[in-house]
Amino acid sequence: MRFADPDQLQDYCLNLPPVPPRRLWVCGGPGCLASGAEDLLAALRMEATKSGLKDTAELSCEPTGCLGLCQRGQLVTTEPDGYVYEKVSVEDAYEIVDQTLLAGLPVSRLCQDPSDPKAKNHPFYLPQKRLIMRRFGRINPERFDDYLRTGGYQALALAVRLGPEEVAFRIEASGLRGRGGSGFPAGRKWKACRTAEGDQKYVLANGDEGDPGAFMNRSLMEGDPLAIIEGLTLGAYAVGANQGYIYVRHEYPLSVARLRLSISNAEQCGLLGDNILGSGFSFKLSVVEGGGAFVCGESTALMASIEGREGQPRVKYVRSTERGLWDKPTLLQNVETWANVPLIVENGPQWFKSLGSESNPGTKIFSLVGQVRRSGLAELPLGTKIRTVVEEVGGGHLPGRFIKAVQTGGPSGGCLPVSELDLPLDFDRLPAAGTIMGSGGLIVIDDLSCMVDVARYFTKFLMTESCGKCLPCREGLAVIDGLLNDLCQSKAQIGDTDKLKELALTLSETALCGLGQSAANPVISTIRYFHHEYIEHEQGYCRSGRCQGMFIVNIDSDLCSGCGACQTACPSGAIIGRERKVRQVNTSKCISCGACLATCHFGALKTARRANHE
Amino acid sequence: MTNPDQKTLNSILDGYPGEPVNLLPMLQAVQTKFRYLPREAIILVAEKLSLPKSRVFAVANFYRALSLTPKGEKVFTVCQGTACHLRGAPVVIGALEKALGLNLGQTSPDGRYGLESVNCLGACALAPVVTVDGVLHGAMTAKKAAKLV
Repeated sequence: MRFADPDQLQDYCLNLPPVPPRRLWVCGGPGCLASGAEDLLAALRMEATKSGLKDTAELSCEPTGCLGLCQRGQLVTTEPDGYVYEKVSVEDAYEIVDQTLLAGLPVSRLCQDPSDPKAKNHPFYLPQKRLIMRRFGRINPERFDDYLRTGGYQALALAVRLGPEEVAFRIEASGLRGRGGSGFPAGRKWKACRTAEGDQKYVLANGDEGDPGAFMNRSLMEGDPLAIIEGLTLGAYAVGANQGYIYVRHEYPLSVARLRLSISNAEQCGLLGDNILGSGFSFKLSVVEGGGAFVCGESTALMASIEGREGQPRVKYVRSTERGLWDKPTLLQNVETWANVPLIVENGPQWFKSLGSESNPGTKIFSLVGQVRRSGLAELPLGTKIRTVVEEVGGGHLPGRFIKAVQTGGPSGGCLPVSELDLPLDFDRLPAAGTIMGSGGLIVIDDLSCMVDVARYFTKFLMTESCGKCLPCREGLAVIDGLLNDLCQSKAQIGDTDKLKELALTLSETALCGLGQSAANPVISTIRYFHHEYIEHEQGYCRSGRCQGMFIVNIDSDLCSGCGACQTACPSGAIIGRERKVRQVNTSKCISCGACLATCHFGALKTARRANHE
Repeated sequence: MTNPDQKTLNSILDGYPGEPVNLLPMLQAVQTKFRYLPREAIILVAEKLSLPKSRVFAVANFYRALSLTPKGEKVFTVCQGTACHLRGAPVVIGALEKALGLNLGQTSPDGRYGLESVNCLGACALAPVVTVDGVLHGAMTAKKAAKLV
């Protein structure tokens, strides 16, 4: 089918064959795929066939995008009832088909709350507003018709009637800000690129999601690839570009495959290529696979990489919207920003502004990971408090632990202490507190993690990924890394924390690109909020029990349940006691490895300074 | 390890138009086939794209996904994402180093095994994770990691 004009597209969408009355959707997010979603899907399909279900136009059991609740995977959700099943295994396939697919009844034992099996009432989903993720659990991302059936390409059909100026106006008026990290107003970029001189212009999507602990872009590219493609098509139409590229991280082969398939499907329908929907507008799109370099997420490095060069940033004295890819005007946005575009064009800027907060309209996908009960992917209105995400969506701390900090914004972000968790997640308030929202990574850190070690982790990451072009980043990070290693190995000197701080501030002021300028943020923010831990490390003490050899372990006899879990974990036989009795530590045998600490669910194990440091 | 011969190299590279935009994709295709970039491949790519060899070498050297020395047949990759780090990736790396007799980043002399790290695979809820030849194993401990070997 090739659509010659918007009417043909509308007709086709209205006459799509009906879907089965009840459907099962198997989560195909990164976590569930890794735990065997394909086997589960095969088992469900087999049971469905066995029970004599005749498939109409589409199958009753299909894979879908990330359902978000990764900690409880594998997940299955149902239509039309909207049940969500957790920790599903192949053995549950018969019961799910028999009860839910055939009879419409919930399988209560697989639900978080057996009395209320609906996803919308689940504490994980309750505070969420899933707009960008609205098709996760409603479409098979590899089926083009599924996208059309759920309102896909309606925005483009509308756009070719409105004209490019109106499309650009809607984005500008919506107040949409870049979702990749900077929060730069999208409308300003669109306007600059639209008015830039030149016949050849480009639109680019940044899918080089390199932040460790972040997988929202991956989930989006794999869960709703056509939304990104439609967004890019709208952008190209508005600014007058005829060629686009989606730059995808090397480690995401499935994202590359799904995007390529979707592009080819769109080409066959005439929604990419020449004279799209009879508008006279032509647009070609291709996928570029990255080479495994974190720095290519930086805009100018990304363009260098597409051009077939080393991915090194350049100084941005000329904006990419004037001279970007091959020195032509270029509009580059994150894949999530692009996925917002069809929604805004179709529903209008006022609708978009009604979501989120005043200067931060819309929703944002966050990946919530680390030492929290429910890791996962959540979409929330901008301006939501960090506390809401951690405590309601994430279910709070792990048993026996307490949350010490939340790290936001990836390696270039910072750590916030619990006292700051009432801050709203938006592009403006977080920088004042010493961090950034970045691309939406939220990492929960509890009392078993050492803040100096966290800073060391990010510094090491950034040092390895530094492209090496400018001196402050290349050499500065290495010196900072050395000092942090000393602190974590009891080799530091009194005053090293001050030295670190000075180095970090110098790096921020002198590095060439945005990644380098923010590379010291983990160090600066942890020194700001956890100065006491740095001073303790100077003195050879790690309160978190993370830095080996820098603490001893005591057992609080009032809290010890006598379960013996710590004793089993101790590799040196330093924990003594029998049966259900309170345990004790033989300090002379303790090698301070910290292996016991995470095993206690009662908070009975405490660290203390080693005698020679007191 | 497969020996690079001109014919195989040509069959991989002939599909690409001779434009610099194809430099990275061409090198990636060679890397996938040979598990490294043989010297011959760098020279051939430079010729096909009419680029200086130094430029091709610079790109080959810059990207982590490309390697100038052969990678192992069976590669153990430990995720070093933040969630994995917090939940014990360093311990898992230690266990694999011991079990394989290799340091992180090394390939065994016979080319059979390799031990590498990756920055994040996005399977954070399963942290810490290890992939063996692309198959992901979650909730790793030192003991479970050693069993993989």
